[in-house]
Amino acid sequence: MKYVDEYRDPAQVKALLEEIGKVVTRPWTLMEICGGQTHAFLHHGLDDMLPGGIELVHGPGCPVCVTPLEQIDRALAIAKRPDVIFTSYGDMLRVPGSTVDLFNVRAKGGDVRVVYSPLEALKIAQANPEKQVVFFAIGFETTAPPNAMTVLQAQKQNIKNFSVLVSHVCVPPAMEAILSSKHNRVQAFLAAGHVCAVMGYHEYPVIAEKYKVPIVVTGFEPVDLLRGVLAAVKQLEAGKAEVENAYGRAVTFEGNLPAQKVVNTVFQPVDRKWRGIGMIPMSGLGLRPEFSSFDAETRFSVGEIITQESPLCIAGEILQGLKKPPQCSVFGKECTPTSPIGAPMVSAEGACSAYYRYHREEVSV
Amino acid sequence: MCLSIPGKIMEIYNDGSLLMGKVDFGGVLKEVCLDYVPEAKTGQYVLIHVGFAISVLDEEEAQETLGILREMASLDEELNPNEVR
Repeated sequence: MKYVDEYRDPAQVKALLEEIGKVVTRPWTLMEICGGQTHAFLHHGLDDMLPGGIELVHGPGCPVCVTPLEQIDRALAIAKRPDVIFTSYGDMLRVPGSTVDLFNVRAKGGDVRVVYSPLEALKIAQANPEKQVVFFAIGFETTAPPNAMTVLQAQKQNIKNFSVLVSHVCVPPAMEAILSSKHNRVQAFLAAGHVCAVMGYHEYPVIAEKYKVPIVVTGFEPVDLLRGVLAAVKQLEAGKAEVENAYGRAVTFEGNLPAQKVVNTVFQPVDRKWRGIGMIPMSGLGLRPEFSSFDAETRFSVGEIITQESPLCIAGEILQGLKKPPQCSVFGKECTPTSPIGAPMVSAEGACSAYYRYHREEVSV
Repeated sequence: MCLSIPGKIMEIYNDGSLLMGKVDFGGVLKEVCLDYVPEAKTGQYVLIHVGFAISVLDEEEAQETLGILREMASLDEELNPNEVR
């Protein structure tokens, strides 16, 4: 496949690793924001190959992991209703709520359907006018444009039986939250390439300057990942803290302007709670008042939500890069991908599931 | 969820409300929304995310990157000719 195979070339991976080895003189701690990148690093074994004591800590960029428990519980309550067809990206179905998950609701007769794209949810609404169709609109800046476009289409086509349960989050406020923590260990960021494909990287220079951290826009293939590491390490060694783009084939400084425009038409910044981390001011997106008629939260009154998080799960520390999955007492034992206690064990982007798949030998004792 | 994959645009059309296209992912054809990449042309590669193209891949940039990397790899080979790779 073009634009994939050439970025998996072992000769280039080796050359990049050697180049990093030549540049690095002391250990550095880098954070890759995106859980997709965490999986890619571990899948290809690149984390173990990095020279000079370069450590990767894994960021909060796993939408399934950070969707707050209240919102999962709300989704479960709505999905249980007999008049509702509840639609969601597949990853959300196994995320544990306070008591059950969406799979469990489906097993008990709830109409819960996995969609690949939010436009499919809209089609389901058109095909089932007697039902209420709800889409679980979660994710970072990557899923915001598709989700926003779907709401806009529902409005234009006057589809009244469609609504969205919104739990969108944004990357830059999370980076600032991590950097302002007194426990922060991150010295440079590999910025999430696909978030930047949408948003560009004009939001980052102010963060790089304020916190004196290099930020390198990074792609997802082995060669891309190592180019990101090399650029970050070069900056750290030179005492620089700049924003660089190591994913130029997909990312421009200003990003995708038509997508940003639709997102800003439908959504506005709101305070958002992140599961395991807590409230981060203005770190989320919510529907603008003009689109409130599509808000599932107001359309379905589900009563008071009382959440209960497992006391065993250390997802919050994992998502902030403070601990690694093998340091968790239930990792790989009580908590596995088939029976997850915490959300990071569920998702294809969760750090715990990445370690379970690729570093299971490190299961804690 | 932030995993986007590149695919080649085979066909572009309007479905009445949105700019749509047929995109080839290594032999598998899928319908995707092209509304966010109105400049995209048939034959170009786009990054697809949950059924939406979010970026047209820049061939020139890609070739330039690969050129630099090949140079790095070949320099490495010249310096370490006996290494098994």
